[in-house]
Amino acid sequence: MPVSNFVNPADLVRFLPEIILTVMGTLLMVLDPVLHKRSSYAFGHLSLLGLAAALVASVYAFRDPGPAFGGMLMVDGFATFFRVLVIGVGILTILPSYRFLARHDAETSEYHALLLYSIAGQCLMVSANELIMIFLGLEISSIASYILAGYLRDDKRANESALKYFLLGSFATGFFLYGVAFIYGSTGTVNLTSVHAALTGPNAPSPVFVGVAAALMFVGLAFKVSAAPFQVWAPDVYQGAPTPVTAFLSAGPKAAAFAIFLRIFMTSFQPIANGWEPLVWGSALLSMTIGNFAALLQSNVKRLLAYSSIAHAGYVLVALTARSDVGTAAAMFYLAAYAFMNVGAFAVVSHLSGRGERYQNVDDFAGLGQKQPLTAAMLTIFLLSLIGVPLTGGFFGKFYIFKAALESHLVWLTVLGLLNSAVAAYYYLRLLVMMYMHEPSEAATNAEPLSFGLSAALILPALGTLVLGIFPSWVLEFAGRSSNLVK
Amino acid sequence: MSAVPISWYLTLSAVIFALGVAGFLFRHNIITVFMSIELMLNAVNLSFVTFSYQLKQVNGHLFTFFVMVVAAAEAAVGLAIILTVFKNRSTLNIDDIDSMKN
Amino acid sequence: MPSSITEVYFPVLVQGVIAIVLAAALIVLSYVLGKRVKNKIKDTPYESGITPTGDARSRFSVKFYLVAMLFILFDIEAIFLYPWAVVYRELKMFGFIEMLVFVVLILSGFFYIWRKGALDWSYSDRARGKR
Repeated sequence: MPVSNFVNPADLVRFLPEIILTVMGTLLMVLDPVLHKRSSYAFGHLSLLGLAAALVASVYAFRDPGPAFGGMLMVDGFATFFRVLVIGVGILTILPSYRFLARHDAETSEYHALLLYSIAGQCLMVSANELIMIFLGLEISSIASYILAGYLRDDKRANESALKYFLLGSFATGFFLYGVAFIYGSTGTVNLTSVHAALTGPNAPSPVFVGVAAALMFVGLAFKVSAAPFQVWAPDVYQGAPTPVTAFLSAGPKAAAFAIFLRIFMTSFQPIANGWEPLVWGSALLSMTIGNFAALLQSNVKRLLAYSSIAHAGYVLVALTARSDVGTAAAMFYLAAYAFMNVGAFAVVSHLSGRGERYQNVDDFAGLGQKQPLTAAMLTIFLLSLIGVPLTGGFFGKFYIFKAALESHLVWLTVLGLLNSAVAAYYYLRLLVMMYMHEPSEAATNAEPLSFGLSAALILPALGTLVLGIFPSWVLEFAGRSSNLVK
Repeated sequence: MSAVPISWYLTLSAVIFALGVAGFLFRHNIITVFMSIELMLNAVNLSFVTFSYQLKQVNGHLFTFFVMVVAAAEAAVGLAIILTVFKNRSTLNIDDIDSMKN
Repeated sequence: MPSSITEVYFPVLVQGVIAIVLAAALIVLSYVLGKRVKNKIKDTPYESGITPTGDARSRFSVKFYLVAMLFILFDIEAIFLYPWAVVYRELKMFGFIEMLVFVVLILSGFFYIWRKGALDWSYSDRARGKR
């Protein structure tokens, strides 16, 4: 690699979102001990400003797409799509956090700094084109989110959530990294494009070695996206973490993990796709089935949504099993729709649960439609989208995924997936019935009026869900154009 | 001195990694479980160095630096989390930490 | 230059054998030749020392953990300085600026823990953020 005297300005522009997020996070961290303010909205405003700037920078960087830093980063449509997605999730996480942090008398600066670092890590993950860079991004994102999961230090459940997230997350990282080591050993490179070239080239390494590497990386990534049979941590972590953080964890890191899943398996491991297809097929089916059937039995809403998120990971894996550009585009669309509806649904839980997060049960939602019609209406949109009712983003997400699966002749997986969606409708509908057909519960009666931040945190994702459901082509077209990852 | 075959290092690394996985799965003390994870990362480091030596590249050595830094950061955060858990529950047995069931 | 693996490791084998034989011989010899007295004073951990009191497994203050952890973090960052120092001349200005960015980030972390009071051994008011 030639050594230049200075950094290439084009490289810096392509790396700008990460730079902005890191600088902003560090600024928040340094300002905290200087200002001595225990809880202040100023830090939230600053971090929103940072995210907005990073959003603009991501779009700006896409005006001149290409590799950066000697091929370590690849700023293409795919990277930009996911950068915008994770930054958007960050903004939607901060909006309900204002109220949440004030209610629990928690420090704000560190919360926002960690959130920004985590998002910076995710941006790095989705735009990295090299396995070590992906690993670094993954760890920056994960380590910050371990702390966020246990942010309420004196809350027993939050502790437990952070501990489980940390232990299983690092365990998964170990597997991923061992896979990277094997790839490095067998091909002599960690650049995704070069790995692809090495596997298709004349001196292709032993398929056993590469197969082991792919399997190890599959295990690591399956943990990160909470796909079965590596999903056990998700319910406990999602239930115990502070609700805005749960919303973040279930959308941001998950979308970023799926992005690298797609990028690695559709570029580097594309030549051995026949080998990993059965693995992903099985994991997809298992995730959908376990997620949906376990969710039927839950009485805690956060736990219910955690199992539902496992099921949704299964749907996205169906798109990966299709092994086509159409499948990749469908997965991208689905992740965007899923981020909106899930973050929105958790924002409602965060609003209703009150101080100390007491009200999280399905029964606590009783009569919400009567007491707070706007909140209930928004939750209805999210739940209908999670079911996959037409005119919502969730419907087109599922539609494109199963269409891609059928095009790749995955008839059985499609049939079983559709049956699963039918099962899933039951537990979402149960929540709807509870909201509209029952007498108001204590939680619904005592719920505070919607604050400005929370209203925004509900209305924006609801709008997003509806836009994706009514004008799906806006997003799908972009996803279709950026889904060809092998160049 | 290349008398020791490369495969021996790789076997050693695989054995250490397997020990780490086994420790993670079967130990009950949180600190021991955490140490097992560190063992896994160090096994990977050994692989990186071996491959780097075999390929006559310097990249693999650099990767171990990154892995070490990440492991240190992970240790700092992980031990802090374990500390708060212990403060709130006075136990480090992983089986006792299950307050969340349906 | 020894070539085969047996030749390379033969000295190690010899050393190992000598060590085992010597250790075994000493234990056996002292067992055979030594005189054994058994009474209360002989059984104490330090025969002519101070009588130990209390339990050796007492808990340390958690502050030690904090100091150790901060040390590890800043210590580990130093490993990036070594490879940089080796190729410093070839990298010229580029390497210097990159390292400057790195050090500034580390320094801001240092500033943070210092002002947060993590370096104060006894908790002051500053540690709680209300001066």
